[in-house]
Amino acid sequence: MSNAQIERQWTSRLRRSVVAKLPPERMLPDTQPAYVASWIYVFGVTTMAALAVVIATGCVLALDGPLWWHSSSLGHFVNSLHLWSVEIFFFAMVIHLWGKFSMAAWRGGRSLTWVTGAVTFLASILAGFTGYVSQTNFDSQWISTQAKDGINSTGGGAFFNVLNLGQMLMWHIVLLPLAAVVLTALHVVMVRIKGVVPPFEDKAEVSA
Amino acid sequence: MAQGWGLGALINLDHYGHYIQWHFISISVSNLIVIILMLATFVTALFAPFPGRRNRKGTK
Repeated sequence: MSNAQIERQWTSRLRRSVVAKLPPERMLPDTQPAYVASWIYVFGVTTMAALAVVIATGCVLALDGPLWWHSSSLGHFVNSLHLWSVEIFFFAMVIHLWGKFSMAAWRGGRSLTWVTGAVTFLASILAGFTGYVSQTNFDSQWISTQAKDGINSTGGGAFFNVLNLGQMLMWHIVLLPLAAVVLTALHVVMVRIKGVVPPFEDKAEVSA
Repeated sequence: MAQGWGLGALINLDHYGHYIQWHFISISVSNLIVIILMLATFVTALFAPFPGRRNRKGTK
């Protein structure tokens, strides 16, 4: 095979395109701009760390199932880890959202970064909701019977039946975690491509 | 039971939730506490000094 033919292969073209858009030193940088040295920039990675714990504890819960997490002390413990990592996940994500909103982080061609973050937030809310209705206890029964009227009033109940435990559990452990992880990965790649949004210029410095 | 151990020993959580009603606004005390903690964390994150910030002035 000639060099010209190799250059025309889809793998060669894809590699060149990926490396041009996201060179390795930008994907995994050694340094960050000086303005990133602020506590407000730690909440994105806190959210991702919490997401990793949510998924890991969810996998452990899946091993033995509801009877285990309701009746054994270790099951209670892992169930609590799952709950509290979700609490930290949303806590950090909301502060990340407030921080980025106050920086107008969609500036400089970063609109898709903002949009993927917003959609990840919505997918996470749905994941949290399906988690609540998948607990298999009186709490989940109460929440699902309260939620059904709201969902049904939108017309979505015909497809998304909150009283259907099997459907809610599948959304909670397959579709929504997949969406959250893929969207988070896209979000991070976009941050790496465009870089962390710089702060607003100081008006005093600009006019000087 | 794990009750009476750890955090459960400090705060009795074995009761119905407390709610604050103000006109049409109804919010549980626990949710209100979380919102206040988030606001406090946000403000702290904006103004608290970041370790090693001075040394990073010259960074890219």
